[in-house]
Amino acid sequence: MSNTAKTFAVAGAVAAAMTTALTGAASAQSKEKCYGVSLAGQNDCAAGPGTTCAGTSTVDYQGNAWTLVDAGTCASIDLPALADGTERKGSLEALDRDLPA
Amino acid sequence: MLDTPTFTHLPLKPGVGYKPQHFNDIVSHAGAVGWLEIHAENYMGDGGRPLAQLRHLAEHFPISVHGVGMSIGGEGDLDRDHLTRLKHLIDWLNPASFSEHLAWSTHDTEFYNDLLPLPYTNATLARVCSHINQVQDLIGRKMLLENPSSYLAFSESTWSEPGFLKEVSKRTGCGLLLDVNNVFVSATNLDFSPQGYIDQYPLDLVGEIHLGGHDEDEDDHGHPLLIDSHGREVVDPVWALLDYALDRAGPLPLLIEWDNDVPDWPTLEAEAARAASALARVSTEVAK
Amino acid sequence: MTTDPLPIAAVDQTAFTRAMMDAAVDTPKGLRDSQNRPAGRRFNVYRNNVAVSLTEALMQAFPVVTKLLGEENMKGLAGIFLRAHPPQSPLMMFYGDEFPEFLAGMAQLSHIGYLPDVARLEQMMRLSYHAADTAAIDPAALGALTPEALMEARVSVAPTVHLLRSPWPVVDIWRFNMIDGAPKPQASAQDVLITRPEFDPQPAALPPGGATWISALMGGETIGQAFEVASQENNNFDLSATLALLLQGGALTEIHRKD
Repeated sequence: MSNTAKTFAVAGAVAAAMTTALTGAASAQSKEKCYGVSLAGQNDCAAGPGTTCAGTSTVDYQGNAWTLVDAGTCASIDLPALADGTERKGSLEALDRDLPA
Repeated sequence: MLDTPTFTHLPLKPGVGYKPQHFNDIVSHAGAVGWLEIHAENYMGDGGRPLAQLRHLAEHFPISVHGVGMSIGGEGDLDRDHLTRLKHLIDWLNPASFSEHLAWSTHDTEFYNDLLPLPYTNATLARVCSHINQVQDLIGRKMLLENPSSYLAFSESTWSEPGFLKEVSKRTGCGLLLDVNNVFVSATNLDFSPQGYIDQYPLDLVGEIHLGGHDEDEDDHGHPLLIDSHGREVVDPVWALLDYALDRAGPLPLLIEWDNDVPDWPTLEAEAARAASALARVSTEVAK
Repeated sequence: MTTDPLPIAAVDQTAFTRAMMDAAVDTPKGLRDSQNRPAGRRFNVYRNNVAVSLTEALMQAFPVVTKLLGEENMKGLAGIFLRAHPPQSPLMMFYGDEFPEFLAGMAQLSHIGYLPDVARLEQMMRLSYHAADTAAIDPAALGALTPEALMEARVSVAPTVHLLRSPWPVVDIWRFNMIDGAPKPQASAQDVLITRPEFDPQPAALPPGGATWISALMGGETIGQAFEVASQENNNFDLSATLALLLQGGALTEIHRKD
């Protein structure tokens, strides 16, 4: 592409982006009234609820002893091998293999 | 600095610990709630919704900034970055009050996100006073220091807690925050009279009272062990202890703290309304 | 039988924190109940509070990782992580910087290859959420430049903007877990742009070359130079779609014309 062609390609693309941005604009973002609580993070001055037992186990917190005991939604995400042949990890099969019998 | 009305004092009304999920309710029907308390650390980001909400709330309500991470009772120096962040927040917001805890949470460089206890000795007294002087000098205002919840005692302590707090105030000029739930929790856990504690507490130095719910557990010997969980309603004996304190101190700003299993707004507002009744009772008596 | 009362013993904060973070370490001797008996289980309140509060902070910070693994797995992992990497700052809103790398290092998770990148995406979303407010440029301002001026212009990018290049479909994985009815992720690499149009960060998959173009802009290149680099990476680089995402996300804060 010549420099002139590039210049016009960029100018054309920018014009198109402006149109997209102005017309498809603002999917009604609410202001401070919306929550976003989960991203807020929190410090508070309360003690953890209830029991004195969590954190007392000497077994649960050894890295090498931790095993994946049940699966969340990753069990339903099945990502096969990439087109270039490298293996994609994360398939159901792989997950089952690692579960304790 | 914010271009908002300046509330120089907390009103003699109930306030609540602010939770973002209550924003709309607070703005539309605050009910008995006359002021809000925020945890300083949650408003130390650079921008976004937390600060936008706070800016909006500060136009309508006196705000109390309650720090939970300064580690006033820590063995090491105060965290300079944290002091700077606090000063920035206080300068920007110009809140009606600033308070912190008689506790520590940072050791070396690590922050443990809990209010940890300290022994009451001449050495810890000197350290706490030095840290409070540092904070007050930096932010250019008087702070309030809150009595903690205790689950255990230190054999090395030589001061009573009220005596320690009174001495801190005498040496630094700081005010005090009286958490009556903490008094009840500590008194139950360590077998002292909560009324006796309040009798010893320098009530003339108190600028704010906290109320909250606690959980019940027990120790190795089957002794009750109350946990300051802030996860439910304030129990009747704590309301009674509040009355006892208000009878002696007169009306004060009261705060409902509810941090775990946060309820819907009507439930929280109902707790504030109950606090309003407790205040109305002593206010009437003062008027008589 | 009578026993001698326990002697007074000082407890410093090093001893306190060691025992608090490792339940195999004995409770410090100077901690008592009101009868001067050893504190025993009472000390566990602090062990519990630290573990529970930091675990909750991590679960709140990484909701998609938590969903992917299931809560029980996440709690177990958090217990290991919080002891290996206790917070270095009192700001819980940012706790978990090292969590993606920690996940990458867990042999038990090596078959879920996308997990560290999902955690990186979540950490970036939080940084974006708390980033400084800035005013976005009016998109029309770009149209006021001649094509030549446009090529030579530089832009400033908002502090809310983050880029993540991943060999995994991380945006689709994020959407599948966070948005009702979002389709199952299909195998693909995704470059992610995070913007914060107002207060809520949005992740979007970029067209090929888009991440390169944006990083070049963030590195101070002109629009023209950045286009050159992105086109070298992908000769069908879609500048229009990439720029539209930036403009819609309020990601550009200033245009600097060559003078």
